[in-house]
Amino acid sequence: MLSILQKLEDKRAQAKLGGGEARIDSQHKKGRLTARERLDVLLDEGSFEELDMYVEHNCVDFGMQDQVIPGDGVVTGSGTINGRLVYVFSQDFTVFGGSLSERHAQKICKIMDMALKTGAPVIGLNDSGGARIQEGVASLGGYAEVFQRNVLASGVVPQISLIMGPCAGGAVYSPAMTDFIFMVKDSSYMFVTGPDVVKTVTNEVVTQEQLGGAVSHTAKSGVADNAFENDIEALLATRDFFDFLPLSNREHVPVRPTDDPWDRIEDSLDTLIPDSANKPYDMKELITKVVDEGDFFEVQPSYAANIIIGFGRIEGRTVGIVANQPMVLAGVLDISSARKAGRFVRFCDAFDIPIVTFVDVPGFLPGTAQEHNGIIKHGAKLLFAYAEATVPKITVITRKAYGGAYDVMSSKHLRGDFNYAWPTAEIAVMGAKGAVEIIFRKDIGDADKIAARTKEYEERFANPFVAASKGFIDEVIMPHSTRKRIALGLRKLRNKSLENPWKKHDNIPL
Amino acid sequence: MFKKILIANRGEIACRVIKTARRMGIKTVAVYSDADARAKHVEMADEAVHLGPPPAGQSYLLADKIIEACKATGAEAVHPGYGFLSERTSFAEALEAAGIAFIGPPVGAIAAMGDKIESKKLAKAAGVNVVPGFLGEIATTDDAVKIASDIGYPVMMKASAGGGGKGMRLAYSEQDVREGFEATKREGLASFGDDRVFIEKFIESPRHIEIQVLGDKHGNILYLNERECSIQRRHQKVVEEAPSPFVTPEMRKAMGEQAVALARAVGYYSAGTVELIVSGADTTGQGFYFLEMNTRLQVEHPVTEYITGLDLVEQMIRVAYGEKLALTQDQVPINGWAIENRVYAEDPYRGFLPSTGRLVRYSPPLAADDVRIDDGVSEGSEISMFYDPMIAKLITYGPTRLEAIDKQITALDQFEIDGIGHNIDFLSAIMQHERFRDGRLTTGFIAEEYPEGFVGAPADASLIRSLSAIAARIATATAARASLIDGQLNGPIPAPDEWVVRIGDTDHHVVLEGEAIRVDGTEIVLDAPFVPGQRLIEATIDGEPLAVKVKRAGLFWKLTTHGATFTARVLDPHVARLANYMIEKVPPDLSRFLLCPMPGLLTALHVGVGDKVEAGQPLAVVEAMKMENILRAEKAGTVKAVEAKPGDSLAVDAVILEFE
Repeated sequence: MLSILQKLEDKRAQAKLGGGEARIDSQHKKGRLTARERLDVLLDEGSFEELDMYVEHNCVDFGMQDQVIPGDGVVTGSGTINGRLVYVFSQDFTVFGGSLSERHAQKICKIMDMALKTGAPVIGLNDSGGARIQEGVASLGGYAEVFQRNVLASGVVPQISLIMGPCAGGAVYSPAMTDFIFMVKDSSYMFVTGPDVVKTVTNEVVTQEQLGGAVSHTAKSGVADNAFENDIEALLATRDFFDFLPLSNREHVPVRPTDDPWDRIEDSLDTLIPDSANKPYDMKELITKVVDEGDFFEVQPSYAANIIIGFGRIEGRTVGIVANQPMVLAGVLDISSARKAGRFVRFCDAFDIPIVTFVDVPGFLPGTAQEHNGIIKHGAKLLFAYAEATVPKITVITRKAYGGAYDVMSSKHLRGDFNYAWPTAEIAVMGAKGAVEIIFRKDIGDADKIAARTKEYEERFANPFVAASKGFIDEVIMPHSTRKRIALGLRKLRNKSLENPWKKHDNIPL
Repeated sequence: MFKKILIANRGEIACRVIKTARRMGIKTVAVYSDADARAKHVEMADEAVHLGPPPAGQSYLLADKIIEACKATGAEAVHPGYGFLSERTSFAEALEAAGIAFIGPPVGAIAAMGDKIESKKLAKAAGVNVVPGFLGEIATTDDAVKIASDIGYPVMMKASAGGGGKGMRLAYSEQDVREGFEATKREGLASFGDDRVFIEKFIESPRHIEIQVLGDKHGNILYLNERECSIQRRHQKVVEEAPSPFVTPEMRKAMGEQAVALARAVGYYSAGTVELIVSGADTTGQGFYFLEMNTRLQVEHPVTEYITGLDLVEQMIRVAYGEKLALTQDQVPINGWAIENRVYAEDPYRGFLPSTGRLVRYSPPLAADDVRIDDGVSEGSEISMFYDPMIAKLITYGPTRLEAIDKQITALDQFEIDGIGHNIDFLSAIMQHERFRDGRLTTGFIAEEYPEGFVGAPADASLIRSLSAIAARIATATAARASLIDGQLNGPIPAPDEWVVRIGDTDHHVVLEGEAIRVDGTEIVLDAPFVPGQRLIEATIDGEPLAVKVKRAGLFWKLTTHGATFTARVLDPHVARLANYMIEKVPPDLSRFLLCPMPGLLTALHVGVGDKVEAGQPLAVVEAMKMENILRAEKAGTVKAVEAKPGDSLAVDAVILEFE
């Protein structure tokens, strides 16, 4: 018995050493933590329960049979974040460069199956050179097994990917199918083909960082959601982020106590909308003054900043927030912003997170760049997402709600539950100037007449009352009472029950 | 008494006048421009009349419109505040013609004191000290020597047409005059085409001290002691106090009596201020000289109100109504010490660049008997480019100067402003500055003490220790909140009570045991109630109060107190150990870039890719607040890339050009 225990101790010690001291040092020198250290930061101290510590690869080609390291390049198991269960895998770059073997994939699949069965989120820490080339097709099969589980888990349990090192080739598609991707600046990158192949095929010279670094993916491609300075910041931010998410689609949103009064009045919001309709203001001020304790976790802050998405809490319960940002491109809807917000709305709907929408939108962005790249279908994604969503939906129009964009932004017609407008709201087909030039085309030469008509149009539509008279707006509310109205609305909607017709699945315009 | 008065002003002074009027049972009428339609003074007044578009020339300076407003509302008198129409004789005359009382001095006095040369002559005639000098033409060096010795050394020789420091020479002795006189003449001729030179006394260690006077229409004139306003930046007063640490009772009497003599000479009534320049090197009590007289209420009048117990606005209203002053000179009290700090919308960390925009957060300290806030804004107000950049005046009062100063430090720590740049840290730094606390003031204080600009007030080890403890307390409270989430596997996990707090480059090990906290082994007793979301902590540390503003920035906590912001990273020890592997990122070398120094519109770009530039060469023009700011090359270089184009609206620190 004693010898068995001794053997167990030895095996554990060996597994925990991963690829050995030298490789661990090398990882540290690059400012990166090891797979296990990362889990120590991510999870509550001492909560990690490891599975499959002794799993070894089954490859006998190219001398691999002589290189066996227990664990096979990935640490898997479960633990807690602020006491709530989460399944995790953390690729170990010190073991075969974190490359994915058949057994490595099996380990990941095992915890994903567990997560799916028990209704707990999965967080994957990616740091892998790619496929275990010595294993050939077995490795490819491993990837696909993971992909399949990503898809099955999608919409059932939240899945978060942290990219903390290389993630290239086929490996990118597992994170791509998870709900959120966080990256570490200067030490992680994601691409389908690396700089060498790019150079060979297209003659383009580009660095890894430029091609697929954290900044490129969070600001340009929108593939990743948020970028962090280093491993520690990324992991601790993930803990905060995790606290907003329900454990699965069978659980309600998490609830935390708060000292922030539900009926807190914010007088300063009464002056948020500037005197001039063309002057921007920062929609984030409204968001932070509405949510509990000013705590708002913005997702994709650097991408398509003309729309803001993220999580906050009202009365301690998570809400998803979508808001046009007048500070950027006047808050217009374009391809990027529609895709960004559309995916977010669907995430919230999948996990029963109520959606609060703040609207100040002048319409869709015109131009060939938008039309030729498919704004019609991309814009439809956001429209589709709002229309199919059955979670509680509260909408507040702060200023402009023009044209088709009015319809899109969680309007009454798309089953908005409470649609409020501030007194400064203007709900119209378009701005007064454009409208007058169409309706009164014959007067265009006459500046005085046009001015008079414009004034007339403004008086008719530059207010919330026409929409309110048709029942499209439920109530005109004072800006200072926005939090109170939203909190009250969410209370009333807590038992909301609404179902879409049965279908295998819908056919969102992808 | 008047039934209703109109205040022909805006901002804090309009609010301040309304407060007194209301207390006296007088109804008030505000006036406003488009930019102020939602301003606090409009809200406070019983009635408000719209004047016009934001620029003062189209609103607050429209005398006719204001008189019309009086007639329309039935206002019997106008208080002009300071600035705008307060010292315009035409306005006072027009009011008189319309039969509306002017709450200010007589027209003749405004006119007499409005002319710099005329007022100096009047002052001299009234027996007021003026800076000794010789205004005529000086022919020879011998003449110059004679004049200089008559005035008394040191003297300043100035080219008549000179300015900006050019054509000026200081002489401490006859020899200096002999050596420098001809040179000054030549410089004047070369630089300005005018070789006339005049000589006047050079005031060493100059201090700005002023006498408040108050008169009625019955010939009574009093002096209400002095104020010292030596702390100035580019002639803009920043800190004022009453009394002055330099003035003795004898000197006060001499200054006061001269000021009254001048006021009497011009038939003055209402409140006015005689500004004097005082030589800090002259201990005779006679080294004060007339500068000018301001025929209005001064911005810094509250410090006088504190030490005399008088309400100057009330006095002005009573005088305008024709009442006699209710006290005599020997009844004018002088009790305790009052300090006023002007909170400006300018950023000391960025060379005092003016800042405009929305007050996203605005929460002044609570007013009390010894803390007074005069402001005209509230949270959500706009500091616009059209008017004065002053956000508020913070005035504290104490039995002694140091007590009043220490109250400033506490009150400034409690003062929360967010959304725009402000000078609160800078004011606190002055309040903590040894030289200021010693009262060794001159008008050059700021230029001398902050020659390289402002980087935040220095902190001592004990403050860092306190902040470490507070940061740990915040972290524990935040972790405790997070640990109460529902859906837990094994119930709540206790929040950590041990932290590693990094402030600057140093780690501090903090252990919490109830109220007792050990920071690096030193035990301190901390009472710092905090709930997540709170933005101001009012802590007591070992019995001493400390107010700290708290702001979360990702993983970090920004703690602002005592004139600086400290960034604290608070980690559980096991995480802190791992955090040591993180590589400190070297901030990019920004000297290769031309950055936009303020939010604004790029109106011109003078260079293109490949252009070679010389140091000082204009590169671009950014328009901000209607001001054109020319951005120049700091050193020679070649333009590598152009990142913005004219017409672009740029944020602070946006890259305009990149150099090779």
